[in-house]
Amino acid sequence: MITFIINGKKTMVEEGISILEAARENGIDIPTLCYDKELSAFGGCRLCLVEIEGYKNLVTSCSTKVQEGMAVYTESERVVKVRRDILDLLLSNHPMDCLTCDKVGECKLQDYAYRYDIKKGSFEGERKNYAIDSLNPVMERDQSKCILCGKCVRVCKEVQITNAIDFSGRGFKSKITTAFDNPINYKNCRLCGQCISVCPTGALINKQLKGIRPWEVKKVLTTCPFCGTGCNFDLNVKDGKVVGVTPNPDSPVNGTSLCVKGRYHIDFINSPDRITKPLIKKKGEFVEASWEEAMELVVNNLKDTKEKYGPDSIAGLSSARCTNEDNFVFQKMMRVAVGTNNVDHCART
Amino acid sequence: MSNSIGEVEENEVLFIIGSNATEAHPIIGNKMKKAVKSGSKLIVVDPRKTELAAMANIWLPLNSGTDAALINGLMYIIVKESWHDKEFIKERCTGFESLMETIEKYPPEIVSRITGISEDMLYETAKLYTSTKKAGIFYTLGITEHTTGTANVMNLANLAMLTGHLGIENAGINPLRGQNNVQGACDMGALPNTYSGYQDVISKEKREFFERVWKVKLNPDKGLRIPEMLDESLEGNVKAMYIMGEDPVLTDPDANHVKKSLNSLDFLVVQDLFLTETAKFADVVLPATCYAEKDGTFTNTERRVQRVRKAVEAPGECRLDWKILCEVSKKLGASGFEYRNSEEIFNEIRLTTPSYKGITYKRIDKVGIQWPCPTENHPGTPYLHKGKFPRGKGLMIPVEYEEPAELVCEEYPILLSTGRMLYHYNIMTRHSKKLNEIRPYELAEINPIDAEKLEIKEEDFVRVTSRRGSILTRATITDKVKPGMMFMTFHYKESPVNELTNSAYDPISKTAEYKISAVKVEKAENL
Repeated sequence: MITFIINGKKTMVEEGISILEAARENGIDIPTLCYDKELSAFGGCRLCLVEIEGYKNLVTSCSTKVQEGMAVYTESERVVKVRRDILDLLLSNHPMDCLTCDKVGECKLQDYAYRYDIKKGSFEGERKNYAIDSLNPVMERDQSKCILCGKCVRVCKEVQITNAIDFSGRGFKSKITTAFDNPINYKNCRLCGQCISVCPTGALINKQLKGIRPWEVKKVLTTCPFCGTGCNFDLNVKDGKVVGVTPNPDSPVNGTSLCVKGRYHIDFINSPDRITKPLIKKKGEFVEASWEEAMELVVNNLKDTKEKYGPDSIAGLSSARCTNEDNFVFQKMMRVAVGTNNVDHCART
Repeated sequence: MSNSIGEVEENEVLFIIGSNATEAHPIIGNKMKKAVKSGSKLIVVDPRKTELAAMANIWLPLNSGTDAALINGLMYIIVKESWHDKEFIKERCTGFESLMETIEKYPPEIVSRITGISEDMLYETAKLYTSTKKAGIFYTLGITEHTTGTANVMNLANLAMLTGHLGIENAGINPLRGQNNVQGACDMGALPNTYSGYQDVISKEKREFFERVWKVKLNPDKGLRIPEMLDESLEGNVKAMYIMGEDPVLTDPDANHVKKSLNSLDFLVVQDLFLTETAKFADVVLPATCYAEKDGTFTNTERRVQRVRKAVEAPGECRLDWKILCEVSKKLGASGFEYRNSEEIFNEIRLTTPSYKGITYKRIDKVGIQWPCPTENHPGTPYLHKGKFPRGKGLMIPVEYEEPAELVCEEYPILLSTGRMLYHYNIMTRHSKKLNEIRPYELAEINPIDAEKLEIKEEDFVRVTSRRGSILTRATITDKVKPGMMFMTFHYKESPVNELTNSAYDPISKTAEYKISAVKVEKAENL
């Protein structure tokens, strides 16, 4: 442990951590657009600049380690002035359509513009004006809203290890592109959407959650219903309907990672093809029936079969897709109520 | 898995055999790629050039179905070079001598001929795998979906025991289980030979325990496994079936045989979300609830019991699966099905299943716990077999190489292998509009050399025929598969690949050889 002083307060932190992390541990929020604790430090957005006693220049707190005895100021007059200039520059080249932007309420740029009271950019000049890439079913890329923080590039390189995107061009023409600047699709990207999760602005949007304001949804933590990895995530619920999936950083297996299936599968829940009433086959055709009628038919047939041919003439397939509780009751039903061990599931097929 | 998903990144050597993790288990695949990026060494055994194979230090594109010979060959080299862990074998294993007798028959020149892997590569692989204690084996259905599946798994256990790669962190034998709750369904005793917690139904003591808890006389005979159920229904011995949340018509091998079996039943009830291909054969279909509409738990591949939570109401008259089952049971005259909620069922699971005893809904509210967890103070078990095996000493069981059930021949010259892909999951995701838009139809993988012979272009239609059936599909031309090999997924009912697959089973697990069927491929009219 080492001792340092932050905003006049003496405090102890673990050696080797960044000033930004040390500040967070002490409840001090240094603004940043390009830092994520899961990713390598980039120092690109410059918003996390802090003042250190004895240092001539301001330093980026995300990429500077705390040193013994260091005295750091995170909101000094000098720091705040530079931050306001940076935000001013960013907003001067950013579409001001916040009222209708899908990121509103979750936009870091908006949060910091509010925090440092920048109403609009004061620099007049050329602005980015790129076509929106929306040819794939799941995500929208609006490069005009991109602030080049590079989080999407790093999450793709360092967590997803796919390298689908990178910086291209220089200066004002810098942007994030796929190889040959092709639209995103399943051939050049795995469509996991992790870049959407880390994007601080409205440059990357999950199409499924378009048109839904983040404060309108209730989040329910659950476990993914697909492969055996057991990722956790939040189901986003609006008006009694599942509208999308967002990661939950507390998940022990996957953290904030999700795959394409985990993130975009929810349509099957609301599918109009769901059966919502019991069906009974009459003369080769299915007709809707009441639960009473269907249950009577099931129970009578099982009873008759058992009486006529014995319990081992009945067999049951349980399901690796259902819960432990469903499976436990299924095997108990076969063993206790039917009286057979003829119960299996698709573990072997 | 003997070890945990979180340990993947700390493995110094990853030995991945028959597992396409970046597509079938994407988040585990990411961790594997991350490990390689930070310096771990990667060995991939797979006839297909998967994403992991392409980034491996050593990729062994073995001849399909020759895994047992390959592992025996590696063990031969390891013992000859004295790279095995003599102390581990002496302290913790039995059967070493009989294992030796068998692997003596697998010197590199013979193994190389069988597997198509050069002697040098075999040697390099054995050397790399034994270069560190932190070396884990990861396998999936490429190992088990063979007529020698059980033997293959035992042989991987032999390899890990021989080299002492068990009972420690960042090593072990790690099957990546395919379905969200296939671990849990097995744990719960949805198996014909065990009650929950793998307690044998033919054990008098275990049976009497369950008879006391459930207050009923239990059937002392082992039940039927899925393929036997289907065969016995054709024979007229199984008369009625109750199928919950499964679609064997699309997912079991030799679909035409499955259909015949279901047709010969007197009565079939299917409980599911959709009118599946299997449900079409039912007399009664009961509308069930999906995971987002129910409370409960899933157990993942690393044995972690995690919460599933109800987020929304089920549509229409859909009912909770366990509630339907309880009502059927009560109407059949049984008692002990009066649960008021899923937690009460879980408490009965804890009462009857020693490995789940210490897990409560309260304890897993935020973060799941890995079984075995015998008491409420126990933290759970991230890796198994520390110090000793459940049976005492680890038994090495020698395994001989046997040829696959079906080999390519003049009439059926192409070897068809099947599996999953990234964008779909079995059959359910076809109902997920977004995912289906990304990959709306099958693209059977075929090598450029074969494509040229067939005169087909990218996404052209082909007819694929085996001894059991014939289907149409679009093809994609790629060197992911070798010449003479083809790969298809089982996600598409429009090109139901399981009409082609071979139902030849592993004699012990009754798992079919989904990975090898002989087929012929012809150019078809584009639809």
